[in-house]
Amino acid sequence: MDRLGEFLAMGGYGGYVWAAYLIAAAVLAALLIASLHSVRGQEARLAALRQSRRSIAEDDA
Amino acid sequence: MHRFANPSRFLRAANAVLPWCAGLTVLLLAAGLYFALLGSPPDYQQGETVRIMYIHVPSAWMALFVYGCMAAASASALIWRHPLADLIAKSAAPIGAGFTLICLLTGSLWGKPMWGAWWVWDARLTSVLVLFFLYLGYIALVNAFDDPVRGYRAAGILALVGVVNLPIIKFSVDWWNTLHQPASVMRLDGPAIHPAMLWPLLLMAGGFMLFFVTVLILRVRGEIAAAKVRNLQLSLARG
Repeated sequence: MDRLGEFLAMGGYGGYVWAAYLIAAAVLAALLIASLHSVRGQEARLAALRQSRRSIAEDDA
Repeated sequence: MHRFANPSRFLRAANAVLPWCAGLTVLLLAAGLYFALLGSPPDYQQGETVRIMYIHVPSAWMALFVYGCMAAASASALIWRHPLADLIAKSAAPIGAGFTLICLLTGSLWGKPMWGAWWVWDARLTSVLVLFFLYLGYIALVNAFDDPVRGYRAAGILALVGVVNLPIIKFSVDWWNTLHQPASVMRLDGPAIHPAMLWPLLLMAGGFMLFFVTVLILRVRGEIAAAKVRNLQLSLARG
């Protein structure tokens, strides 16, 4: 437990070191989640649009 | 390279490498974090705060590298009209802005305990802040037009003009008196850093690089789908 406490304290600079790592993790996670969300949204829109076009073509036929 | 200017060929190649990039990103970041936080010694002058370096320096490298990619893609879009180049530049911008933000914030968290200040208006810090604003300006401009082609052209020109900032950032620590320390890895006489600190640095840099490639592939895929949606809607509207 002492060793964990020592590790987390980072020689008294724990606040700075952990804040830096947390900020980096948060920014990268936000980028990844936003990108996944938008690519899924766009590909779903494309699939829906192609589906509706196919059904229009079938109605015409 | 011209073969990959074809979106469907690009998609096939990108989807094939995507899982490898994602897996390697996780592996490199896990190994990098282990060595950065546990497997490397504290600095004899800076103590444990030196661990901030393992994210600060790779994110700074990526901030510059991604801008270089964005400018190169913009140039090839403006000159050769590659249909994919605009999409790559647009997709890279938010990732580069993210790395620049990480660099600025972690630098601030390192500067406070070591320099006694969150921020100083010196050449290195100010030129990186300008890089962040260039990214934001690019993102704003590329989305500012109803016709995406006009947005790509305007933002692409901004990206090319902003390239002048890259050497200023790189050499700012040599050209001006600055609080920021000079380069210790990318030097003509080889790295002046102990291997125990160089390894975690390179592992984290590799992890950040593959993170960039992974997210870039995802975003370009999204942009290709968005372009196809626009074209389909146009052809539906025309009947």
